[in-house]
Amino acid sequence: MNNKSAPAESSSSHSSPLIPSPPPGTVPSPVATTAILHGKAWVFGDDINTDIIIPFRFKSRTNDPYEMAKYAMYGIDPDFPTKISKGDFVVGGKNFGGGSSREQAPVALKYAGISIVIAESFARIFYRNAFTIGLPALEISEIKGNVVQGDDLKVDIGNFTVENKRTKAIFYAKKVPEFMQQMLLEGGLVEYYKRNKRFPWM
Amino acid sequence: MQSLAQQNSSSYSVSSMKNILEDNSLTFAEKAISIKSLTVKSKQSQVSKPSVAGDIAIIDVDLAMAQDSTGPLAIRSLNEMRVDKLFNPSRVLLVIDHTFPAADEKVANLHAMMRSFASKHSCMLVEGSISHQHILEYLAAPGMMILGADSHTCQAGCIAAFATGIGSTELAAVWATGQMWLRVPETIKIKLSGNFRKGVFARDLILDYIGKVGEDGANYKALEWTYANDNTRKEFSIDSRACISNASMECGAKISVFPTDDLTRTYLNENPRIIKDVPEIDIHPGSSAKYVDEIEIECGKIEPMVAGPDHPDIVYSVEEIGGIEIDQAFIGSSTNGRIEDLEIAARILKNKKVHKNTRCVVTPASVKVYEEAIKRGYVEIYLESGAVFTNSTCGACVGTHLGALGESEICISSSSRNFVGRMGALSSKVYLASPATVAASAIEGKIIDPRGFL
Repeated sequence: MNNKSAPAESSSSHSSPLIPSPPPGTVPSPVATTAILHGKAWVFGDDINTDIIIPFRFKSRTNDPYEMAKYAMYGIDPDFPTKISKGDFVVGGKNFGGGSSREQAPVALKYAGISIVIAESFARIFYRNAFTIGLPALEISEIKGNVVQGDDLKVDIGNFTVENKRTKAIFYAKKVPEFMQQMLLEGGLVEYYKRNKRFPWM
Repeated sequence: MQSLAQQNSSSYSVSSMKNILEDNSLTFAEKAISIKSLTVKSKQSQVSKPSVAGDIAIIDVDLAMAQDSTGPLAIRSLNEMRVDKLFNPSRVLLVIDHTFPAADEKVANLHAMMRSFASKHSCMLVEGSISHQHILEYLAAPGMMILGADSHTCQAGCIAAFATGIGSTELAAVWATGQMWLRVPETIKIKLSGNFRKGVFARDLILDYIGKVGEDGANYKALEWTYANDNTRKEFSIDSRACISNASMECGAKISVFPTDDLTRTYLNENPRIIKDVPEIDIHPGSSAKYVDEIEIECGKIEPMVAGPDHPDIVYSVEEIGGIEIDQAFIGSSTNGRIEDLEIAARILKNKKVHKNTRCVVTPASVKVYEEAIKRGYVEIYLESGAVFTNSTCGACVGTHLGALGESEICISSSSRNFVGRMGALSSKVYLASPATVAASAIEGKIIDPRGFL
């Protein structure tokens, strides 16, 4: 690495394998991927693509996830990061995360404080990326119409279920291969590798 | 094929690859993934059978690419994992293309980080050609397994590589191990028939298709292109196939593949591959392969199309949407910035002037395309028309430099996407069309049918 020109790399030690420590002076820290999570739903429509989640011009000028988080959902609501509370959920319609392969999209959501994304369906690369960075992505085909803005949801990551506390309805998310679930529970690919010294599919 | 067989010492691999290639029940994707998982399986001493749609396979990757908006994050992940050694530096490609040359100091710092990484690990570094075009011109080969941290990596399907996009951290894992997991996609088979009418191009065809199936119409799936006859087949140059394979991402396709033919062979002979130690594998789908859908597209029925704004599956014929006034016309990007595209733009702009209220930006997809455009005299035509000819870069397509849009501005573009704010301000609008429609619209200052200009 050329120290003269390279941006600072995060070298912070991690207090938990699931939660990267924020650099000094920054808030908030992302939410842990524990087995049971409670959060408020922020509901979006169909085809929320990755350009909406974080426009290119913001994600291409930084390698700092907290900087990316400032632009989460910029394409639909530039004030989104300041409106949400730590641990809230994003609920989308069909084809959530379509378009670009940018891993900065789930990273921006996670570091803005979103703990889970639930959608009717996900675009392929976003889905992989979400698990990779330790952001649970739950695909529930009937979620649309069963959750409204502000609903309190309870998610069991171990069982991939979502309960709408308002309606008491329980929804079952599409299962993923065991290695993906394990990687998610350990905080994503980097954390999994650091702990196990191998990749989860090997 | 022979040389790969020789690489694997066990007779099991030799016979398995032959068996897979000759298996009539398998699609292109099933064969490609099965073949690339053979070496992984032999290392793990597992019994082999072909992977079929829905299976998850571990595959050996031949080429792993990241560009300047995904590479820095991949490098960061690799550093966090404290991986200091790449599986094979000669198969690792870093491309500085999206914001090249750097538009500001923040971008410049990330570029410097990539250069320093490439230098430290002695991997391939390319600056100033779009990754997908560089891969097509120099690196991809039939049957090659290519993963890139860029969704349009699927472009290399145009010469029958298995090529798809993944995220930065997964790419870092590929850099570390040379392997990745893939779910074997279901396949949609599309048979092309007839011939395009004047003024209609590959871009119109794929815009029309995306409009019909929707922007997630091929999500998780492979597209396999075939032809009703030789007459139709010869209409699809490698540049046209590259446009279709690239733009297939806009309906979510995992790969979009044109099995090899004499055009592929000629292209590969005229553009020798730099990577010599990955043997070409000539994969053709089996005659009884299972498809989730089989459709036919009659080329003669397609009209010049326009998509947008905001979603690639909102499509119109140019007749329906013509007349919308534009502030900018952009010809470029990995979707439509090749020499065939620059040729048609030059033909339309020759002896014409770009409308006084419109900016026209022409951006070649690679240095090779740039040089060819100069040689053929296209650049003089653009400059005389009042258009701007830029260096090769993704540029205006990603709204970061060389043609970003201001508040409420409207652009017609041959680039890949028309998402909200894609090229600049959230209130700006992008319409997608073929380079011919874009060039004609530049002259008129509004969206117009290109057929009157040809």
